[in-house]
Amino acid sequence: MSQFDLVVIGSGPGGYVAAIKAGQLGLKVALVEKDNSLGGTCLNVGCIPSKALLHSTEVYQHAVHGKKHGLVGAEKLTFDVAAMLANKDKVVAQLNMGVGALLKKRNVEVVRGLGRLVKSGQVLVRSTAGDRTLETKNILIATGSVPVELPFMKFDGETVISSDHGISLKAVPEKMVVVGAGAIGLELGSVWARLGSQVTVVEMLPGIGGPAYDTDVAKAAQNAFEKQGLKFELGAKVTGVKKTAAGSALTAERDGKSLEFPADKILVAVGRKANTTGLGAQEAGLKLDERGRIVIDAHYQTNLPGVYAIGDVVTGPMLAHKAEEEGVAVAENLAGKKGHVNYGVIPGVIYTDPEVACVGLSEAEAKAKNIEVAIGKFQLAGNGRAIASDCTSGFVKVIACAKTDKLLGVQMVAKGASEMIAAACAHMEYGGSAEDVARTCFAHPTVSESFKEAAMAVSKSSIHSL
Amino acid sequence: MAVEVKIPPMGESITGGLLAAWLVKSGDAVRKGQPLFSYETDKVTSEGTAEVDGQITLVVNAGTDVVVGQVVASIEAGAAGNAPSAAPAPAAKPAASSAPAPKAAPVAAKSGAAAEISPAVRRLSEETGLDPAGVEGTGKAGRVTKGDMLAALSGQAPIRAVAPAAAPAAASAPAAPAAAVVIPSRDGRTSRKRMSPLRRKIAERLVQAKSETAMLTTFNEVNMAPVMELRKRHGEEFLKKYGIKLGFMSFFVKAAVQAMKEVPAINAQLDGEDIIENHFYDIGVAVGTDKGLMVPVVRDCDQLNFAGIEKAIGDFGKRARDGKIQLPELQGGVFTISNGGIYGSMLSTPILNHPQAAIMGLHNIVERPVAENGQVVIRPIMYLALSYDHRLIDGKEAVTFLVKVRQYIEDPQRLLFGV
Repeated sequence: MSQFDLVVIGSGPGGYVAAIKAGQLGLKVALVEKDNSLGGTCLNVGCIPSKALLHSTEVYQHAVHGKKHGLVGAEKLTFDVAAMLANKDKVVAQLNMGVGALLKKRNVEVVRGLGRLVKSGQVLVRSTAGDRTLETKNILIATGSVPVELPFMKFDGETVISSDHGISLKAVPEKMVVVGAGAIGLELGSVWARLGSQVTVVEMLPGIGGPAYDTDVAKAAQNAFEKQGLKFELGAKVTGVKKTAAGSALTAERDGKSLEFPADKILVAVGRKANTTGLGAQEAGLKLDERGRIVIDAHYQTNLPGVYAIGDVVTGPMLAHKAEEEGVAVAENLAGKKGHVNYGVIPGVIYTDPEVACVGLSEAEAKAKNIEVAIGKFQLAGNGRAIASDCTSGFVKVIACAKTDKLLGVQMVAKGASEMIAAACAHMEYGGSAEDVARTCFAHPTVSESFKEAAMAVSKSSIHSL
Repeated sequence: MAVEVKIPPMGESITGGLLAAWLVKSGDAVRKGQPLFSYETDKVTSEGTAEVDGQITLVVNAGTDVVVGQVVASIEAGAAGNAPSAAPAPAAKPAASSAPAPKAAPVAAKSGAAAEISPAVRRLSEETGLDPAGVEGTGKAGRVTKGDMLAALSGQAPIRAVAPAAAPAAASAPAAPAAAVVIPSRDGRTSRKRMSPLRRKIAERLVQAKSETAMLTTFNEVNMAPVMELRKRHGEEFLKKYGIKLGFMSFFVKAAVQAMKEVPAINAQLDGEDIIENHFYDIGVAVGTDKGLMVPVVRDCDQLNFAGIEKAIGDFGKRARDGKIQLPELQGGVFTISNGGIYGSMLSTPILNHPQAAIMGLHNIVERPVAENGQVVIRPIMYLALSYDHRLIDGKEAVTFLVKVRQYIEDPQRLLFGV
């Protein structure tokens, strides 16, 4: 007889949310975690710690530029990196505890050790305390992802570092080179740049932020970041690292020309890859795709009956909230309900200052699908709250169907874009039109009104722009 | 026991139509003989009635195209059901019929959800009058999006007829049949609605008459003074005796019958290459209704007296306006009289009521100066028109017929003697 209805391997946002949901729905659940702390990459070395550092450094930046707001002596302000890291660790620890408490409340048994898939219905957990076999009706693999390493410049933790290191540097590097202008590179690049590091971001693509963003959005973000001192080297292919008299340098080439960027730290943030280390996928006969991701069907089931997988270890955007939605869906399906994830409405955010966010289709994607679009834009420079709050950098762009007025996508560069995008998601989830947004009452004054104005601009009826 | 409510057979040529509106709700108690739904075919609008007492469960939504014999509801015989006035209906007991009856619940849920429409949908609904409840929703959980509304408004998506919610006060009165969905355009300068089956059939028949016959029209004028004089003299007594007014129509029906007897070609029709001569005098009398023109047929007019004709026409007029004309009453006419005069028409060319060979148009009566015996006098004059199928009827016959009609009207005593 099975001990459990569900054994979840991995306590990241996909795994622990699935475990809690399954517990809520009355299933007997075990959650296997190899690390000492719960929460996976997101909570321990990803989303959360980087946000803590981004906040600390933003507070510092606000203070340094506080003269116009009446702050005296701001120019002489200094900071303590160790204290910032300590604050970050405190935030992480608090949330670790919180996840543990939630799991306990839902009667989820946390099993410490490396979970290994033996076969359908059986998970072997190995730890220093010994091995334990869990018998279960269902298994959910949520083992997440790890940073991609460039083969010609492996992580050494000293000069060539990953995001795991990038959130724990003991001192501010004088020169930092970030490889990859995606969310992770831009966020960590911003953190250290705000503390005085000369940061150069080297990106192979012609624009920053990744392919989800339209050129005008990426360009606006880039301009904002350049004003903060970040340098961008776009369209440059990284070739390696070399030792120089001064230390190290990243080498790259662009249009056949060699480039060299001196660096104390080289943060490689070129993406993440599915993590199945120690899972025993091959031995269990678990099918993986050519990129090492676990292959699943429409109901998240792998090729092994009763074995499911979600989150970064399967296909789709590597986002905590995507994993969470999938975790809930699997738990609901197992409990006899109908779980569903709307992949058309998953927001993406870069937590810089200003933030960059998007959901749905970009203008370019819509046009590639031969959809006739109507575009509405609103510059934050025309928003009262943005002016009062010193955050006029950026704009909101609404991409609507020219025929039906349905919201196809929303992109924005704005302070608080990560919060503002939620309104766009809610409207889109219900099939809302630009007019629906325009006819929804937004509090005044808020930066969010820019979203409403951009929606009005779709029909050229924006009130606060010409 | 559950008794199925089916679309009743309406006549040989009718295979189906539109279930225009429900007059009851799922869960309502119905009584034998009670009208349940209104039903439009290309020929008539009629009602379906309950065959037993019991509680009804609707199976088909209003606005659905149905075929004869189709099950549209079931009645749980003897079950109590809700008084029509009862507020929220408890879930109807599933009917024990072989066909699984859909639950009534989705309908209620739908109308509930309709209240939670998005702001853009609300605006479009209020500006255009299009009820989102009649629009197929593509949004989450079937919600109607702005795009769905625009598609429906532009005619790219179908619109269901929506039965109006029964007013709470109207306890036992059945809900009024749903009016056709009228969709004004976005700028309000035009509006669009689907043709009713009756209107579609009228259109089809009119075009058929125009394209398949050699139709032309001859005219004449008639002095109405003698008939007016007769009505003045005998009208009051006539009304007293028969309970109906002595109108002009009975004179014209009688005159037409007599003229047809003398010009038999008028009372004939073509069937392929054969000529069918009719030896009876069933005359169609065009009646205008808000749903379109109807032509009920007064049977054997040669055997009816004036009162019989007036009564038949009066009865048809009333029932046509109430949508209660039965299909057989529209069939089998040999000749048609259409009176555009009641709307003030001076002169018109009526279109044949195919496959009849001729139609007579009456017009308004206007005092005109005419010459009589070298003197200009004022007479109440009506112009007459006769459209005829020239394939079958020669000009001589058509003109003779109309001249005869004129003579009978101008000298009604001729009708007595048939001369």
